[in-house]
Amino acid sequence: MISFSGVYKRYLSGFEALKNINFTIEPAEMVFITGHSGAGKSTLLKLIAAIERPTTGSIVINGQNLAALNGNEISFLRRNLGLVFQDQKILFDRAVFDNVLLPLQINGFDFKTATERVYAALDKVGLLKNAKSRPITLSGSERQRLCVARAVVGCPSILIADEPTANLDTDYANDIINIFKSLHQVGITVLIATHNTELLGNAQQRILALSHGELTL
Amino acid sequence: MSIWFSHHWHALVSALRKLTDAPITSLLNIVVIGVAFSLPTGAYILLENLQVFSGQVSGAPQLNLFLALDTDKNKIAELESRLTQHPQIASFQFIPKNVALQQLKKRDGLADIIDDLAQNPLPDAFIINVKDAAPESLESLHTEIQKWPEADYVQFNSAWTRRLDALLKLGKLAALTLAFLLGFALVAITFNTVRLQILARRDEIEISKLIGATNDFVRRPFLYFGTIQAAIGGITAWLITAFILHLISNELTSLAKLYTVDLRLHHLSSEDSAILLLSSACLGWFGAWLSVANCLWKTESRWFKDTKYTH
Repeated sequence: MISFSGVYKRYLSGFEALKNINFTIEPAEMVFITGHSGAGKSTLLKLIAAIERPTTGSIVINGQNLAALNGNEISFLRRNLGLVFQDQKILFDRAVFDNVLLPLQINGFDFKTATERVYAALDKVGLLKNAKSRPITLSGSERQRLCVARAVVGCPSILIADEPTANLDTDYANDIINIFKSLHQVGITVLIATHNTELLGNAQQRILALSHGELTL
Repeated sequence: MSIWFSHHWHALVSALRKLTDAPITSLLNIVVIGVAFSLPTGAYILLENLQVFSGQVSGAPQLNLFLALDTDKNKIAELESRLTQHPQIASFQFIPKNVALQQLKKRDGLADIIDDLAQNPLPDAFIINVKDAAPESLESLHTEIQKWPEADYVQFNSAWTRRLDALLKLGKLAALTLAFLLGFALVAITFNTVRLQILARRDEIEISKLIGATNDFVRRPFLYFGTIQAAIGGITAWLITAFILHLISNELTSLAKLYTVDLRLHHLSSEDSAILLLSSACLGWFGAWLSVANCLWKTESRWFKDTKYTH
């Protein structure tokens, strides 16, 4: 479960990215967070992953109040989250396989189990044949699917995706959303930040709409 | 436990890969560390050997008591009894004047001269081994015996070795200071090498942190890298000094023989070798730790720089 209560995020420059955010997301829910550029979607997702901290208010993830966690506890929390970053954060100096392997190395999986899981995740996103390729050789859609594979390979309870369909054609964007839907169907909580209104029309899921840092829906 | 082993195994493999990915750079770093550490190690070995040599030459501290020429056998017997009962004296040996003359005759070129002497000019003498080798104790015994009426002259034959010992102590202090300074250099070398490694892998570190890596996970491969590199540097220092000792050992032994001295150079003992290896590894670990701590601090402060946090 994800719970925000009275969350404000104000940067030192004085800019208020989020104002009085209150919501609860139940386990295994699929939620779209939408809004214009600069509405605060990415900031909200970063607060969930404890990449940034709120100025005031309380954020509780799976029963843990983020304000009470120390550095190591935040690391262990993140292992339970699958993150798809807006800027992808792919390591181009290693193969697709090794990119997806990284979360499992962090979790301390033995190589045999990790290999099986990596191939299963790559199969899920349709990149099995590209396992040994370098990410530089992948198309935009394939890179995005690589990020999804890396996010889900550790079997997280919550999947967070920041603009996962940005710069993708509608067909490719739908492919990505379908992958998220299939993950949601197996019980993973999925949060997707997007400004693509076409996706929202098709998805028929709960929507949290942000405008100038405030929840409007 | 298996996760712990898995993390350490992953870190070790990653560290070895970092070493072999840039073999020339790694080799040069190891040589620099080896040469830097071979200087204090070589100085220490030299001083240790000199100390052994000075111990061989001087042996246990001794006093030579030369008796007045007119000392008779009764007085010598009384003197023997006094020496036996003296608490500071471990043992003594009486050298009668005729025995001393025979020993002198055995020396090259002196037999003819001694044969020409009308009478034995040498006095009876005692060679006294003392219990306590402390300079103050030796001095007080020397002064006491000198005052005995039978004593003509008391020779204190360890003065020069004491001076040598003092010089050796000074030399050891200088070697220790050098080791300290070059140890600091080793930390700086490792810090800089690991810093360059971190710069090359900044993205990997940042992504790892974002997907759940603890600071220990990020730090571990670099700690292994710094420790292994410095330990190999320590082994290189050991090999460099062994090679130099091998080069000069034969020449030095031959030179010492010309002065009728048996001098053989010895390398570090197994304990000292272990200390060299361990200290270089620890300094490498410390340099790497400082470098990664600096990187992690910068990464986290970059994430949170724009945050004014209140609970």
